[in-house]
Amino acid sequence: MLDFLQQLVSGLALGCIYGLIALGFVLIYKATEVINFAQGDLMMLGGFVAYTYITIIGLNYWLGFLLAVLTMGIVGMTVERFVVRPILGYPLFSIIMVTIGLGFLLRSLAGMIWGTDDLKIEAPFSQGVLRIGDLVLAYDKLSVIVATVILIAVLYLFFNRTRLGTAMRATSENMLAAYYMGIPVKRVVSLVWAISAMVAGVAGVLLAPITFVHSNVGLVLGLKAFPAAVLGGFGSIPGALVGGLIIGVVETLAGFYLPQGWKDVAPYLILLLVLLLRPEGLFGALGRKKV
Amino acid sequence: MRFIFKTDYEQDIKLLQHGGHWWSYGLLFAVLAAAPYLVGSYLQSQLVFVFIYAIVGVALMILVGFTGQGSIGHAAFLAIGAYTAAYLQARGYPFEVYFPAAGILTGIVGAIVGIPALRLHGIYLLIATISFAFIVEEVLARWESVTHGNEGMRVRAIEFFGQTVSRDSNSFYFLCLGILVLVIIGTLNLMRSPTGRAFIAIRDSETAAKSMGVDIGRYKVRSFAISAAITGLAGTLYAHKMSFISPEMFTLLLSIEFIMVIIIGGAFGLHGAILGAIFIVMVDPLITMLKDDVPGMIAAFSRGFGVGEDAARAIQDRLYAIFSAPGLKGAIYGLIIILFVLFEPLGLYGRWLKIKLYFQLFPLYKRATFRRQKTYVKSERNR
Repeated sequence: MLDFLQQLVSGLALGCIYGLIALGFVLIYKATEVINFAQGDLMMLGGFVAYTYITIIGLNYWLGFLLAVLTMGIVGMTVERFVVRPILGYPLFSIIMVTIGLGFLLRSLAGMIWGTDDLKIEAPFSQGVLRIGDLVLAYDKLSVIVATVILIAVLYLFFNRTRLGTAMRATSENMLAAYYMGIPVKRVVSLVWAISAMVAGVAGVLLAPITFVHSNVGLVLGLKAFPAAVLGGFGSIPGALVGGLIIGVVETLAGFYLPQGWKDVAPYLILLLVLLLRPEGLFGALGRKKV
Repeated sequence: MRFIFKTDYEQDIKLLQHGGHWWSYGLLFAVLAAAPYLVGSYLQSQLVFVFIYAIVGVALMILVGFTGQGSIGHAAFLAIGAYTAAYLQARGYPFEVYFPAAGILTGIVGAIVGIPALRLHGIYLLIATISFAFIVEEVLARWESVTHGNEGMRVRAIEFFGQTVSRDSNSFYFLCLGILVLVIIGTLNLMRSPTGRAFIAIRDSETAAKSMGVDIGRYKVRSFAISAAITGLAGTLYAHKMSFISPEMFTLLLSIEFIMVIIIGGAFGLHGAILGAIFIVMVDPLITMLKDDVPGMIAAFSRGFGVGEDAARAIQDRLYAIFSAPGLKGAIYGLIIILFVLFEPLGLYGRWLKIKLYFQLFPLYKRATFRRQKTYVKSERNR
């Protein structure tokens, strides 16, 4: 039972990371109907940028965290402006290929700039543990869970209570109609990319004390965030988080209780099952037209 | 300018549209037939890889270019073909048995993968094919009684009707060339048959195709099966060419290379698959050249412009360091994909058509002829 709880908390922490990456997919997909395959690599880049600020330059952890997230916002806007905007409105497949190419490029560039060694960021809370009875919970894992909950709450309020959030939702409903209503669609899309990259940056910095910062970390985690996003129903923000949690927990438990090999396959098996049985996901927000 | 005046349907579906084609394709065929006697063994080997990639490119073109379905999992089909060949060969079956067997088995797997495609569109389909590829990769690594797991499998030379065809011989070259030609002719015939017409109808508009009486489900599964079967055949040749196969050869990167073949070539015709295959296979030698020759050349060049010996040496070392970085191939792939989609969306074959049209219409060519249409109305989500 104790083992189970321990694994559950690890799974939840991992699931939060998946959830944050999936959230990035969902934000961009909702606004522009683009799937950003480079989302995991943006997360990886966030980790490296934070490493530069905190370990190399030697800033305070929280300041470095903040600066890294802001930097990621700028990176997101830049990517949107120069890579995504020229091809918006073209067939889906081309856009997806561009983001895959972008992922390749970011991964190689990160490898060239920061090298291929595993880097580690020391967080002020990375050593401690929380003991509840016999249960030992590491602070770095708890920090991921807490930060994710806060971030999701902030984003939820932002999208539902602010003017800009409403404008973003309108854009995601129908770009053309939003444009006619006077919403500056280009700027909104650019901001959505910034937010999405910032979320990825937060995930990257939170992940750094747990796993190491490495140029391939984004590919592995990013691809596992897809099942999370699909499970949550690709259009829903809480869905992304719930999907991420389910995938994270299932993966961790499969790694603990099932023979070797199941751990890596389990998320994709779930994904295929969801696609076969309930393609609209748990929180299906997608309408389906019958021909 | 040549103008072909068509008076009946028979003319429209002819494989070679006019006399010029006989000359140009005949010449191409003659050059390819003479090539193994003219070029060195390295270049011959590269040509064999071009043929194998081109076969996969044609397979992917049927699925992506003609039926409009996406797949980022074709490395898995290649792997199934390759492992079927290796397994059956180890059991003592000859090439003429396991070659078709690999195609048929991969085709069946492809049809099974195609079934989710009936309900899935766009991204969902892509994600499903990626998941399928991951699962296949993991199965290959774990199913040790058949695949020998991560140790991989050795593949012996082909036994073809009693003849031994080693992987570097001219016979293997001609075998690959012959299979490529057969696959291309088969695909051309497929595309002018009702099945091929249905594929194109589905690509252009599912709603319209359905209202014209095309059974969308059946044709999508068929397209997946055909594409997978051809990829499986290519997998057999790939296994023999590599002479050793292991699960880590069939990763996501290989699937993306295959997609790049058709994106670079131009995803709307078989010429694109061939041109793309040539391009992708040539990337590796190009990177080697970048590493080995270019730094020295640039250093010599800068010496010619009066740069001092020390500075020139520094430039050479610096360039060498950049070109030897471990991630260079990924960066180049990424750049190629982005640049092609942004600036040459119709690929190399599209560029060739544009140049041809420019001279045919000179001086009346206008760029808008090839401009793609943008749509901002949500289409993917409400289907």
